[in-house]
Amino acid sequence: MSDSQALIKVNNLSSAYGERKVLFDIDLEVKQGEILVVMGGSGSGKSTLLRNMLGLMMPSQGEILFNGKDICKVNQAELAKLRQSMGVAFQGGALLSSLSVGDNIKLPLRQHTDLDEKTISIMARLKLELMNLAEYEDLMPSELSGGMLKRAGLARAVIMDPKILFFDEPSAGLDPVTSVELDQLILDLREAMNMTIIVVTHELESAFKIADRIAVLFDGKLVTIGSVEHIKACSDERVVNLINRKPRINPLDADKYLSRLTKGS
Amino acid sequence: MSFDCSDYKQYKRLHLSGEVDLHNSPDVRRCLLDILNRKKSVIVDFSDLTYIDSSGMATLVEGLNIANKMNLTLTIVGAKDAPLQVLQLTRLNQVFHIVESLEDIEE
Repeated sequence: MSDSQALIKVNNLSSAYGERKVLFDIDLEVKQGEILVVMGGSGSGKSTLLRNMLGLMMPSQGEILFNGKDICKVNQAELAKLRQSMGVAFQGGALLSSLSVGDNIKLPLRQHTDLDEKTISIMARLKLELMNLAEYEDLMPSELSGGMLKRAGLARAVIMDPKILFFDEPSAGLDPVTSVELDQLILDLREAMNMTIIVVTHELESAFKIADRIAVLFDGKLVTIGSVEHIKACSDERVVNLINRKPRINPLDADKYLSRLTKGS
Repeated sequence: MSFDCSDYKQYKRLHLSGEVDLHNSPDVRRCLLDILNRKKSVIVDFSDLTYIDSSGMATLVEGLNIANKMNLTLTIVGAKDAPLQVLQLTRLNQVFHIVESLEDIEE
């Protein structure tokens, strides 16, 4: 994969919350039109990686190139412009509770474009149709189910037809049918819009269905990255355990354990 | 993106080339609405179009709605590749009258 093909490139990325390091020397790149699924257990650093790639969090080391531009080095105005090419669908939909579903979806267009209000309305309705939410335009977010909120969040994320879509846990909390529909929608968006999509998920079935490549994180480190076949054939114990849904077994240091339990006494 | 407007039979032909997106779809909209305001049926020629985003599609939907109300027609010709996939994804291929080539346009 050459630099020219990579829409996003992460080089030697480390990230920390204060003193606590959560990502260590991550290298990966995502091609235009590719679907990359990031997998790993809770606390593996998936969401932190996403936050770094979005420029919502500055890394402690390394660079993140978006279309060749290091998002850690651009100024706020340039970052805001780059973000217009990025769509983000958060776990809970993250809609504004004071606006109707339709107005939530129209918000980015009203904020960032000079499009006519008629065009904006039709664009929002096209996206609502796509998400099977046509009848819910005038409802408030509080009147929607979890699955509907997620789809409404996705509608808002793609309203400006972004070059790259970040999707945090698309299937979490959804019934199997809705989950399958959402997987298909992700594939359709890539097909029709040549959208580059980065999905963070725990759901194996969904990951295997939509991914061109899967990156597996464990304790903040990139264990492996490759095709679905590569991941299925991977012999690394951490990947095998993730695929087989085996619980993590942390070897116990008895002295440290006792010390933690009796700290301060 | 570039576009030009010419006469074809009794229609106005709006020929789109390259990519229609958020930045240039307002220009396409102005041209399309101008044609319809002059009570002309319109052929939107996609044959040299490589990409159209939802602002472009929304413009065409608005145009179709106006054309229907004025008993005019709006026909898409030559849609292929990504623009055709967008029409299919949004199911607008079932809403617009779409033909393969200009030869398929009726007098």
